Amino acid sequence: MENFAANALAALANPIQREALHKATTTFAERRLGVLLRAPNWQDWRTHARAIKDHTLEHLDYYLQQFANNAAARGCVVHWAATGDDANRIVTEITKAANTTAAVKSKSMTTEEIHLNEALAKAGVDAVETDLGEWIIQLAGEVPFHIVVPAIHKTRAQIGQLLHEKIGVAKDASAAELTAAARVVLREKFAAAGIGISGGNFLIAETGSLLILENEGNARLCTSLPRVHVAVVGIEKVIPRNADLDVFLKLLPRSGTGQDLTTYQSLLTGPKTAASHEGPAEIHIVLLDNGRTRMLREPKTRQALACIRCGACLNACPVYQQVGGHAYGSVYPGPIGAVITPQLVSLKRGKQLPFASTLCGACREVCPVKIDIPELLLHLRGEVLVGNQAAKAAAPDRLQALGFSIWAFFMRGKRRYAFATTLARCCDRMFSPLLRHLPPLSGWHKGRELPRLAKRSFRAQWRKQG
Amino acid sequence: MRVALYVTCLVDQVWPEVGLASAALLRHAGCEVLFDDAQTCCGQPACNTGYAAHGRALAQNVIAQFERTGADALVLPSGSCAAQIHHYPGLFTAMPDWQQRATHLAEHTFELGQFLVHQRKIKSVPGNFVGTVGWHDACHGLRDLGICDEPRALLKMVPGLTLRELPFADACCGFGGTFAVKYPEISVAIADRKVDAIAAASVDAVVSGDVSCLMHLRGRLQRLGSKVRALHLAEVLAAGIAT
Repeated sequence: MENFAANALAALANPIQREALHKATTTFAERRLGVLLRAPNWQDWRTHARAIKDHTLEHLDYYLQQFANNAAARGCVVHWAATGDDANRIVTEITKAANTTAAVKSKSMTTEEIHLNEALAKAGVDAVETDLGEWIIQLAGEVPFHIVVPAIHKTRAQIGQLLHEKIGVAKDASAAELTAAARVVLREKFAAAGIGISGGNFLIAETGSLLILENEGNARLCTSLPRVHVAVVGIEKVIPRNADLDVFLKLLPRSGTGQDLTTYQSLLTGPKTAASHEGPAEIHIVLLDNGRTRMLREPKTRQALACIRCGACLNACPVYQQVGGHAYGSVYPGPIGAVITPQLVSLKRGKQLPFASTLCGACREVCPVKIDIPELLLHLRGEVLVGNQAAKAAAPDRLQALGFSIWAFFMRGKRRYAFATTLARCCDRMFSPLLRHLPPLSGWHKGRELPRLAKRSFRAQWRKQG
Repeated sequence: MRVALYVTCLVDQVWPEVGLASAALLRHAGCEVLFDDAQTCCGQPACNTGYAAHGRALAQNVIAQFERTGADALVLPSGSCAAQIHHYPGLFTAMPDWQQRATHLAEHTFELGQFLVHQRKIKSVPGNFVGTVGWHDACHGLRDLGICDEPRALLKMVPGLTLRELPFADACCGFGGTFAVKYPEISVAIADRKVDAIAAASVDAVVSGDVSCLMHLRGRLQRLGSKVRALHLAEVLAAGIAT
């Protein structure tokens, strides 16, 4: 995330990736608009969902405890993890206790956030991603490019080549053949797995249930076939009641993939009992903090915890549309990533990200829970600058601060403004060819002609007209 | 109605034609136009880069100037600067006195096109423009102020003008204030999507309500050798008349 600028340049220089990205973001945005035509109460749903999130965040301690009590009453084992390392240690221990080294995983950004796969690999556990996109990413040794559709930057040809190299699929395999080959490999993994690992979209406090949305059926297999299921879920995912799911089920699939509903919705309430033979023998739920309570303490930026990880803001963002997910260098990319990464990781490391936005507001417009992302980016920009003052800032940052101070001085007062604009006009006339090669104008001159100052300002012409 | 015209610093220094056209349009709509030459910048560049203190100081200037003119409304030929003034109250959460004054100003501040349509309900415009144009929805006007139908309705009043919808008309042009110089390559890449849309619609001009976006688009169109012009709404509505 410290290298956003350089990563972005590399992404812009990759025409194949840009083409795939353009196609994917446009398709998802269009599908979303398509299903919204059949959702006349969309704005009411957004308001309702946000009110539920705000209420829950306000009483998060209460609802988490209620969830934990009810999940335990249904036979789940609830674990509290303050950090990503804690969560990784807990999952590793559960795996050891289950006496297995074969794990299957369904798609989970939370486990990406804590780098669970690496931690399990160190403990000798082979954790295989079973979502097709995640599996492709895992084979390629990459990280997700998008929080909902992790492999959107890859073309069919690239995936064909990858599967040819890794599992020996014929070079000219069709999309259907590639999928069928993946299915064969993954079915064997499911059958052999001693443990299934998932994330979770919602935790329901009043029933102690976990809801997982997906389209491939792999999450259902991960959470039902192996003897043990572990879900790693952020503490902000809790909602009070079963009835609250209604509005979120309306919002999330429509916003994320432009579907009225995902193909599978798995509502998991406790392991199998004597009365019911369905499901795994053990369910563990790891409730992850990892910076979330710190976010909760900030009244201004707390609203980012309302995020339901639909990814609509990524598809709508003009910057994401050009540079894609890897440029951000953080697990959560795009507008919401630029808001939560500096808070979850550190403002110092993520300080470029709040500036990687045109503040166009498209993200706020599509957000199903009405997070005012531009407002939060602006707030974080201010925080970054305060941080720059406290620590010894880099030369360009100090230069920018000085520039703005000088600019603000000359903008405060008629005579100062007259002096500054006269000086600027002289410079523009005499040194324009030179100035456009110096910052900040050189930045503009890259790719765009520089506007010249008018011969006579508006006020000069107005004065003359009297 | 007495209207204080806030031309914005960019119009004042770079694109004065927009200010003159705005004054002509306001007079056409039956307003008395006041111009306070103590006006400078609304503070948006500072606020959007994270320097709220500088922005606050400039906001205080704008608030005091408006109170001094005693005008009925403040009108700007810019959606983003008008939106900035609408955000002023949020800058003064710790200064209730100023917050009240900022709220009063915000309630009396209008973007030019919205003012002409909603406050003055004009049915004709003075200009003539022969050609096909496409409207670019500048972001802050569209998403902060809800400007969408007004400029289109106004453009349709211009004799000789054909309005054609641009693909992705509501997508950002990539300007983004200091973003344009901080990340020039991304900024230009975003502009190119807009340029492609403009080319696909084969219009003679792209018209918008913000000089900042237009400078960016015009600069890119010029660099690519395009013949398509980038024009401000006020220029088109008052095209061909003596200002």
